[in-house]
Amino acid sequence: MTEKKIPGEWPRHKGEEFLQVFYKGAEFTKELMDENEKLRYRIMQMQEQIQTGGEDANLHDRLAKMEQEIKALADDKERLLKRHEEVEKENKDFADRYIVVQEENNNLANLYIASHQLHSTLDYKEVLRIVLEIVINLVGAETFCLMLLDEKHNEMATVAAEGIEVHQVKNIKIGQGIIGEVAKTGESYFSESTIKRGEIDLEKPVACVPLKIKESVIGLLVIYSLLVQKEQFKNIDYELFNLLASHAATAIYSAKLYSQSERKLSTIQGFLDLLTETPERKPE
Amino acid sequence: MAKHNILIVEDSPTMRQLIIFSLKRLSDCSLVEATDGVDGWKKLSGQNFDLILTDINMPVMDGLKLVSLIRNDEKKRSIPIIIITTEGAEEDKKRGLALGANDYIAKPIQSHTLLEVVKKYIH
Repeated sequence: MTEKKIPGEWPRHKGEEFLQVFYKGAEFTKELMDENEKLRYRIMQMQEQIQTGGEDANLHDRLAKMEQEIKALADDKERLLKRHEEVEKENKDFADRYIVVQEENNNLANLYIASHQLHSTLDYKEVLRIVLEIVINLVGAETFCLMLLDEKHNEMATVAAEGIEVHQVKNIKIGQGIIGEVAKTGESYFSESTIKRGEIDLEKPVACVPLKIKESVIGLLVIYSLLVQKEQFKNIDYELFNLLASHAATAIYSAKLYSQSERKLSTIQGFLDLLTETPERKPE
Repeated sequence: MAKHNILIVEDSPTMRQLIIFSLKRLSDCSLVEATDGVDGWKKLSGQNFDLILTDINMPVMDGLKLVSLIRNDEKKRSIPIIIITTEGAEEDKKRGLALGANDYIAKPIQSHTLLEVVKKYIH
């Protein structure tokens, strides 16, 4: 028998479907309400926990962790600051060393030039001029003289001077006064008192350096005053004095010997010319 | 080809050598030597210079006269001049600068000081 369809009425299976959907909806609503209830309960629990400080343990853990991190950062900062200090110190050391190297370089240049100039000629007067130039330009002396040993009279005689006339400086006997003592001992003399400006005392130099070949003193460099801008001797000056003590002595001695030999050669040559001259070549 | 042409007017061979020795460390520089003011003036007429270093106390023509000549010359007046002298007194320094010198170095010269001053005018 077939189901009779009444117009405007749902078929039976449609109703069942509707009922199923309805039941599912009711079930879902119930689930939602249960879930809602659980959540409400959870919220209430949490509110209670917050009120009672239930999460204290957790917070303490986090706080401890953060404190550890802060300590680690502070240690790092301390380490970095220390490193920065070290680097700064290193930097300063390098800067200081650079200045020292620069100064050394300057000193070496001065010494090289002084030495080069001293041995650049065999002309006696030229050598004396070079010694004066070195003392003026490299040491910065204003008044000074160069004395050479007069073996015949056992005294030091001035051969060149700057700032004073040669004749103003009297010959000095070996062993007499500061200058004579330097000539005798071969030990350099440097005035201990501060270098004074104004009138100079020819018997009290600010420095007296012996010019020596091996241990023999052949002359003296006597400094009475320094240039206005030069307030005191520096390390390079002592090195220059050492250089002058040996190189200037050798250069002066060599030039002296050379000029003597030149003179002798010229005399001998003249004598030989006289001997070998033929009567026809005699001057009219 | 040298970038900078420097004239060194100095009667003392020792000082000339010291100046040249110091300035040789500068790259691209050509150094010309003159033994006094007259020699310096002659060399200035022959070529162009970027800087002049001159001593004050020199025979024949001193450094101050040379500075004066340069500053009164239309073509050369713009060349920077550095005075080098044994005179450290303020008065001499003023005299040189008043005549038109740009800078001043007192002897005894320190190599690095010379380089520092020179670099101010050529770099």
